[in-house]
Amino acid sequence: MHIHKFEQFWIKLSFVLIAFFIATVVYGFVAMDLKVIGDHATIDPQNLQETKFGNPGVREVTKNGQTEYEVYVQTIQFAYSPGTAEPIVVPANTRVTFYITSPDVLHGFDVAGTNLNTMAIPGQVAKMTTIFPESREYGIVCNEYCGPAHHIMEGIIKVVPKSEFDKSNLVE
Amino acid sequence: MTFIHKYPKAAKVAKANFVVAFIALAIGGFFGFVQALHRTDVFRGFFNSGEYYTLLTGHGVLLALIFTTFFIAGLFVWGVTRSLDREPENMSYTWSWFWLMTIGTVMATVAILGGLVPDSSIRAAVLYTFYPPLQAHPLFYIGLALVLVGSWMAGADWFWSYRKWRKGSPDERVPILTFMALFTMLMWYVCTIGLALEVVGLLIPWSLGWVTEIEPLLPRTLFWFFGHAVVYFWLLPAYYVWYAILPKLSGGRLFSDSMTRIVFIIFLLLSTPVGYHHQYADAGISVGFKFYAMATTMLLLLPSLITLFTVVASMEHGARQRGGKGYLKWIGKLPWDKPAFVGCALAGIMFAAGGFSGMINAGMNINILIHNTIWVPGHFHLTVGTAVALTFMAITYWLLPQLTGRKLKFKTLALIQPYAWFLGMTLMSNAMHRAGLAGVPRRTAEPQYSGFEFEPIFGTMAEMDWQIAIGGTILTISLILFLWVVIASWMAGQKSDKPVDDHIPEPLSGVEHTPAILDNMKLWFTLALILVILAYAFPLLEMVADGIFEPGALPRPS
Ligand code: HEM
Ligand SMILES: [Cu+2]
Ligand SMILES: [Cu+2]
Repeated sequence: MHIHKFEQFWIKLSFVLIAFFIATVVYGFVAMDLKVIGDHATIDPQNLQETKFGNPGVREVTKNGQTEYEVYVQTIQFAYSPGTAEPIVVPANTRVTFYITSPDVLHGFDVAGTNLNTMAIPGQVAKMTTIFPESREYGIVCNEYCGPAHHIMEGIIKVVPKSEFDKSNLVE
Repeated sequence: MTFIHKYPKAAKVAKANFVVAFIALAIGGFFGFVQALHRTDVFRGFFNSGEYYTLLTGHGVLLALIFTTFFIAGLFVWGVTRSLDREPENMSYTWSWFWLMTIGTVMATVAILGGLVPDSSIRAAVLYTFYPPLQAHPLFYIGLALVLVGSWMAGADWFWSYRKWRKGSPDERVPILTFMALFTMLMWYVCTIGLALEVVGLLIPWSLGWVTEIEPLLPRTLFWFFGHAVVYFWLLPAYYVWYAILPKLSGGRLFSDSMTRIVFIIFLLLSTPVGYHHQYADAGISVGFKFYAMATTMLLLLPSLITLFTVVASMEHGARQRGGKGYLKWIGKLPWDKPAFVGCALAGIMFAAGGFSGMINAGMNINILIHNTIWVPGHFHLTVGTAVALTFMAITYWLLPQLTGRKLKFKTLALIQPYAWFLGMTLMSNAMHRAGLAGVPRRTAEPQYSGFEFEPIFGTMAEMDWQIAIGGTILTISLILFLWVVIASWMAGQKSDKPVDDHIPEPLSGVEHTPAILDNMKLWFTLALILVILAYAFPLLEMVADGIFEPGALPRPS
């Protein structure tokens, strides 16, 4: 087979480019701690009451001697519980792990403008960990179509300074 | 003599497919116009926000699934017939797949449009990805299944012609126009296994109420088994045009026969095992599978990069034949005043831009930033919405005269049309990309929220909204121009024996340099199946281990 020499060069260049792209993803994983959602747990979407999702909200836990927070969120047609009726309040500069699932249809949970972004799939629990560096408010957007009022589904995350974090609203 | 005079029966079938394709394009395009004005809050008077999702389902289904499939069928009927020099083997069979696909299309469309009738129980506002547990009327799923079966039969029709031809010409190489069509269909057979399992195995029984619960992740995964390869099912016919016809339109010939074949083989092998890259943000699929899909996706850049080389090289050759000189000055010698050429070339340029945003989509961890934002429609309006759709429109200006025996009318309007599409898409798509970076969601009737504001990195929200609305309007005007030129030429174009120059010259590096193994369809098809099994068997088994319908969710009306 005859491959023109420019074309051979171009093919080699393409392989270099491909290797480079794969390397950037690996670099993101290893060096920048950019993780993606994985396989955490399955759950019966019709019986969330009996799980921690039955009492959703922010919980305090101690891991490796550090105080951290866990946030259990249900995404329901067309609200976040918590998040919509009352904001999700968490302290800055602290590890926060979100657990998200849906009792009805698919939803999105996207903290607008950040890479906290996951699907809420009935039957699956999504787990994402982050540290919010500064105190400010973030909007949560449902970015997966979930029914005729999908466009009103929104919520708020309020990140407050550690010193002002009010623990009386934590759930047990 | 042109196509219609030599192959009147095939010409009729190809034209019938184009009629359905263009009707779908007209309706779907109108919905796109409404969407562009509605989501940006420029004008919301056509429909209310609940109905928006019915329109969006119509837009996605009619454009991404119906317009493409029918156009591709027409194009391949033309290419296979012409390159094998034989009419379809049995016209009743050929018409039966056409009518099956058409009936399926009508069923699905009725189910979707039912959503605009108040209190109708026939609804299908489930979007073109129809993720359960949102449930559509059974008519919708059954209609889609018929389209699918029809498309399989169409593929079989072309293989039938090929086998008959092979009997008469045992030593000849597969002509390139047939080769590309058959390999595209082989890929289609591999990837639609997932869709068929999903729709026929799960969704139809569920929508008929035979089972009540459904596990959302399994059908979603089966959908994406099909869902990436389907983009290549749209794209390869555009490549078909770029490889086989565009060099001729630029005044030259195809650069390399072997590389063309290799590119199609790589697509057959790698298109399906990458589907998980649409599920990077899904819980329930382990990071390892996602990583494997990511690496394979990056490898799939290779055939597109080779295509870029071959197409540009063929055009450069054409331009030099026309007297072009210099490193880049030859570009000016290309026929920028010929609608068919201009459309294909502009489509190719937009595809390069779409390739850029695609590389970002593929990068698993950056992807999370833009997943399900309006960035994604920004990306695929460059790829399927322009690289594919504009190529199809442009090549219609060259094919239609061959299929009707009539000359093209309104050549000036036909020339303005691709430039207008390019301009409209530049406006709409750049704004969609930037809005996506700020987190603006896709598939949302009113992406304006009460509790917070988006904070764009480049530009302002108001400016992006206007660009989407104005871009969408220019696109709609371009679409009307296209339909006008087509209808006028078809009805009233001047009849002629040779309405267009339809000669296609031999490649520069011809088939005599092409290794015979490249034509071994059984080999490549088997390899493709093995790669799919490697990628999907284990995760799918894991998903169904706890029961096919477990953990089960209840259906919700759409
Ligand atoms: C007149 C030209 C067009 C306009 C103005 C237009 C406009 C739009 C807009 C604004 C959206 C985003 C809607 C949303 O996410 O809320 C959209 C989605 C989409 N468009 Fe287009 N579009 C046009 C042509 C096309 C063409 C030619 C194709 C494909 C062949 C196409 C395929 C799609 C698809 C697949 C979606 C996604 C649907 C979904 O998310 O379910 N569009 N279009
Ligand atoms: Cu939603
Ligand atoms: Cu894909």
